[in-house]
Amino acid sequence: MSVLVYAQNWEGKFKKSVFELVSYGKKIATDLNVELNAACLGAIAADELNNLASYGVDKIFHLENALFDVFDNEVFVSALKQVADKVGATVILFQHNNEGKALGAHLSAALKAGLVTAAVAVPESYNPMIIKKKVFTGKAFAKVKINSSRAVLTLSPNSFELVENSKTPQIESLSLDLPASKTRLENRDVVKGKLLLTDAELVVSGGRGMKSGENWGMLEELADTLGAALACSRPVSDEGWRSHSEHVGQTGKIIAPNLYIAVGISGAIQHVGGISSSKCIVAINKDKDAPIFEVADYGIVGDAFQVLPELIKSLKA
Amino acid sequence: MKILICLGNVPDTTTKIKLVDGKPDLTNAQWVINPWDELALTRAMQLLEDSNNSVAKVDVATVGKISSEPTIRKALAIGADEAFRIDAEPTDAYFTAAQLAQVASNYDIIITGIENADYNGSSVGAMLAELLGFASVSAVSALNIEGSVVKLNREIDGGKEMLTVDTPVVLTVQKGIAIDPRIPAMRGIMMAKKKPLNVLAPVEAENLTEIIAFEMPAPKGSCKMVDPANVSQLVDLLRNEAKVI
Ligand SMILES: Cc1cc2nc3c(=O)[nH]c(=O)nc-3n(C[C@H](O)[C@H](O)[C@H](O)COP(=O)(O)OP(=O)(O)OC[C@H]3O[C@@H](n4cnc5c(N)ncnc54)[C@H](O)[C@@H]3O)c2cc1C
Ligand SMILES: Nc1ncnc2c1ncn2[C@@H]1O[C@H](COP(=O)(O)O)[C@@H](O)[C@H]1O
Repeated sequence: MSVLVYAQNWEGKFKKSVFELVSYGKKIATDLNVELNAACLGAIAADELNNLASYGVDKIFHLENALFDVFDNEVFVSALKQVADKVGATVILFQHNNEGKALGAHLSAALKAGLVTAAVAVPESYNPMIIKKKVFTGKAFAKVKINSSRAVLTLSPNSFELVENSKTPQIESLSLDLPASKTRLENRDVVKGKLLLTDAELVVSGGRGMKSGENWGMLEELADTLGAALACSRPVSDEGWRSHSEHVGQTGKIIAPNLYIAVGISGAIQHVGGISSSKCIVAINKDKDAPIFEVADYGIVGDAFQVLPELIKSLKA
Repeated sequence: MKILICLGNVPDTTTKIKLVDGKPDLTNAQWVINPWDELALTRAMQLLEDSNNSVAKVDVATVGKISSEPTIRKALAIGADEAFRIDAEPTDAYFTAAQLAQVASNYDIIITGIENADYNGSSVGAMLAELLGFASVSAVSALNIEGSVVKLNREIDGGKEMLTVDTPVVLTVQKGIAIDPRIPAMRGIMMAKKKPLNVLAPVEAENLTEIIAFEMPAPKGSCKMVDPANVSQLVDLLRNEAKVI
């Protein structure tokens, strides 16, 4: 028996969210009194791998193969299944992001292991295993019981604190038998060096109340002052004022920053679904009855075009 | 080439959730095609109409009791050729995927949405691919078919990848796959009545999970209002009370 964490890397580096997942895995492994293993696929430097051990990983399986250069569901799942079998993993953990969702579901079907996605806490019991997850886009929670002997979980972002737990890193390899990939990468288009919305701890977001894309300078300045990423409501990206990659909400990105500042956003239920897990929400809206104030922690009823310059000035002071 | 769209039947996204006897009360909810599945169907219709590819048929499948038929009829009215309803309550993703597998094995491209708007499982598509042993690609934001070559865009952190993939394949699609969902026209609604809606008995499959209880989020404390004439107070609160900056 053991717990296995899939430690996803981005060009050889781990994000903070991976260490959150490892901390979460460590808690479960401790509760079950078993080892915590991690699987990493692709080229990663040794000192970066060692960081996993500082959050409590007992054994790190670092597997390299040219096939891991392009993400492929079947290839990655095959590798993870081989690690899971090798370590007798009974609980397998992923991040609740695109890669984690795909791999978790594949592995669940391959192992007939019950899957709970978007988990928000450690299991409230282990026998049977019962886990709380988000449903209805964060409008409610469900407690899910796992009926199989093995379980696969994906952890919602920002739901578990980092816990340091230093171990002597133990790095292992494994010879794998991998299937050929059925997908071919023709081209890759990435913006480097930009703070990603899904990684940002602080987010400044604008809605239709900003009136036009030309007025975004103020929001950009506020974001720069704070070191925040920019987001927007759906009509803003539909109108082409901002890029689709900034659209948050039920049909856009779901984010959970420490601070979300909503400017000129009414707070429609589909918008709130994407931001309700933020630790602190600030609303700036000229309509005192706007529903965004129902989910906000702090609010200012006022005209964004007057409030924003004041806010930037106070922050810089 | 034949395409199958898997349709989730979900409460409209504006539905307010409240618990009655410990369960979400959805009696007054309006049931709709899961938004991503509706966009997937829209894209499949565009491909069907375009003669530069080999798409010849677009069908839809849902796992649900008879109450899900209005949703599947709507898909036929939008233009799907044939519908399958597997007559069972979709209570677990593995069970649901196992039901869909009996229909899906006959198709070249099977499309599922990134998540159902109800239980947000985000899992049926990848499970289906695993059960069928088909290729699968998730986070697909564009689908083009040139002749018989399937071209995709996949969203990745900070950008996208352009891929080609072998068929048969299961795609999990998200925002971008189509812009606005197609709305059924009168003619489509009339024609839908004559289209085949096949009802299939469920196959034996396990429920690997079950929901045993629901909870509402803790009520949010009331919003602290700051006077617009005193914006610096907000900065102070964020620094010293919320401690987020
Ligand atoms: C299936 C479905 C999925 C959807 N998914 C999403 C989603 O993922 N994300 C999303 O955002 N939306 C989504 N929507 C749309 C959603 O319902 C709302 O229409 C949208 O969120 C509204 O955007 P908004 O708040 O920017 O605009 P509005 O609702 O028009 O609100 C503008 C706000 O700005 C305020 N305002 C105006 N002028 C000023 C000023 N000078 N200063 C300060 N405040 C001002 C107004 O009081 C108002 O509250 C979805 C809808 C559907 C049907
Ligand atoms: N009952 C169902 N019948 C048919 N397809 C479904 C059903 N439930 C989910 N799906 C498909 O799987 C996708 C993801 O759903 P889920 O994994 O439940 O979040 C949906 O967008 C649908 O394409």
